[in-house]
Amino acid sequence: MMTFSFDSLRQDKRAAIAATVGIGLVLAVFPFIVGSALGNSWLRILDFALLYIMLALGLNIVVGFAGLLDMGYIAFYAVGAYLYALLASPHFGLHLPVWIIIPCGAVLAGIAGALLGAPTLRLRGDYLAIVTLGFGEIVRIFMNNLNAPVNITNGPQGISSIDPIHLGGVTLAKPLSVLGITVPSLHAYYYLFLALALLIIFVSIRLQDSRIGRAWVAIREDEIAAKACGINTRNIKLLAFTMGASFGGVAGGLFAGFQGFVSPESFNLMESIMILCMVVLGGMGHIPGVILGGVMLTVLPEFFRHSAGPIQQALFGKILLDPEALRMLLFGLALVLVMLYRPAGLWPSTIRRREFSSGTDKEGA
Amino acid sequence: MKPTLLIANAISKQFGGVKALTDVSLTIRKGEIYGLIGPNGAGKTTFFNVLTGLYHPNGGELLFEGYKLRASAPHLAAQSGIARTFQNIRLFSNMTALENVMVGRHVRTQAGVVGAVLRDPQTRREEADIHRRAEELLHYVGVADRANDLAKHLSYGDQRRLEIARALATEPKLLALDEPAAGMNASETAELRVLIEGIRNDGITVLLIEHDVKLVMGLCDRVAVLDYGVKICEDVPAVVQKNPKVIEAYLGGSVA
Ligand SMILES: Nc1ncnc2c1ncn2[C@@H]1O[C@H](COP(=O)(O)OP(=O)(O)O)[C@@H](O)[C@H]1O
Ligand SMILES: [Mg+2]
Repeated sequence: MMTFSFDSLRQDKRAAIAATVGIGLVLAVFPFIVGSALGNSWLRILDFALLYIMLALGLNIVVGFAGLLDMGYIAFYAVGAYLYALLASPHFGLHLPVWIIIPCGAVLAGIAGALLGAPTLRLRGDYLAIVTLGFGEIVRIFMNNLNAPVNITNGPQGISSIDPIHLGGVTLAKPLSVLGITVPSLHAYYYLFLALALLIIFVSIRLQDSRIGRAWVAIREDEIAAKACGINTRNIKLLAFTMGASFGGVAGGLFAGFQGFVSPESFNLMESIMILCMVVLGGMGHIPGVILGGVMLTVLPEFFRHSAGPIQQALFGKILLDPEALRMLLFGLALVLVMLYRPAGLWPSTIRRREFSSGTDKEGA
Repeated sequence: MKPTLLIANAISKQFGGVKALTDVSLTIRKGEIYGLIGPNGAGKTTFFNVLTGLYHPNGGELLFEGYKLRASAPHLAAQSGIARTFQNIRLFSNMTALENVMVGRHVRTQAGVVGAVLRDPQTRREEADIHRRAEELLHYVGVADRANDLAKHLSYGDQRRLEIARALATEPKLLALDEPAAGMNASETAELRVLIEGIRNDGITVLLIEHDVKLVMGLCDRVAVLDYGVKICEDVPAVVQKNPKVIEAYLGGSVA
């Protein structure tokens, strides 16, 4: 009996190692496959998908775990992005390295999260959504108008010529040569983003299975009962806002370095809604689901953009509908279908899935 | 005489024009089962809410083990050692029974974000303790076999017991139960009675709101009666039962 269980344990461990190595290899060669099969535009989309995974996981802490409907989450992405833009561009003549800016961005966004969270602590649901939506817009409008009397953000023109991400003497803007292999810029960004996305996934998982993670979910489930259990709901909610925002700050800094340009337009309400959709559609509170949601909602609109024209050409011989309009239409349709047929999200946690199927069982009985 | 655990001093609470509690004073001693009864709307639940910091009283103060309890600070009340259950069960529905009880350990544990992420030996040990203690408590109240089911899928009686386990997880000195037998059948009520007596024998003082007069009179060492927010009587059950004001309050209540 003992030996049997030890054997199976060892086998489990071996399987886990094999799976890790397998996934690691796939992730390592993935940009080369995408790059050669689909070209550079899809590589950029891949890089963006990783940024959106970070954002979705950050918002998941606030919305998915703690149940606080935050509609202004993009503000923290903006904080991280503008911090990078200000500290590494000719705008102020500062050129700090990425390893200083990104942690600072995480901290600053975290502080912004706590500041914007503090006035909303007594609000829930719709009211919280409206107020956070307002905060998100306020941050964007600040970025838009902080160009006078002192020019900080350069207003609606945004900040351009931002330094590409550089580590030590190495810049990611030019192809790198590692062990004789040439790694193009987009690939290098992919590896950096992947590393940080994995870090954020790791932190999310650790937080979920912890005293703090349970306190978040308890507040989501019943705030009064959570208080009666001795949870300091004010602090624990602020912690959720802070942690979530700091993930957004990291992603924002990476975005600024990758894009080389930031302007207030990148941080509008639509972006907040998009990230919220990633969380809800993927499977609120379930980390693999949220990752899937981030990937799907980055890739799908681009897929429709690229295919809407050619498919019409093939079917009708000419383009009937503007691909851009059709893209949003198809995207909306996809969202509606998911919500109709998978109300708990594309990949809900097993418990929640059981939940929905047992619900239908009862209806059937 | 047993030492005092809680002194409520002239607690008042109003909701607009409704005087839910008027100068309610009572004293609970260590190790007793103290009953709080009264007709519907008498203010019993309101007293619990003031006691546990969910409502801010309009007047009066609470002394717990000789220290003044800060008003409207529920987490501090829990930290001082006051735990409660709710008249309308308030579990964390989409968490498992085990997780519900684990949340109860929050107030007696430390781990923060850094510990959670790094999982240092101390955090791992604490987490293992939380887990073990939660399992013990599920056993103790008799819902161990449902540990991994969502709280909302438990039967009504099991949910009430789970709520007690969650409250016990906070290591209370005073356990306040708001109508724990409501909706239970006779055999469940009998089991509950054994459970409450066991809790008291483990050294935890129990404050019990209950409608089941037989249960209250059989279980409680002393009983206070509220009527329209006023304490009309406080004594041992045998005396309370014969008090004319109590009889009138109950008869008046049931006739109306
Ligand atoms: N949150 C509240 N807002 C307004 N009135 C309340 C509130 N809570 C209780 N009351 C009123 O206070 C009185 C006492 O209620 P309660 O304490 O629930 O009585 P009991 O638990 O003894 O049945 C009732 O008249 C009730 O309507
Ligand atoms: Mg009541």
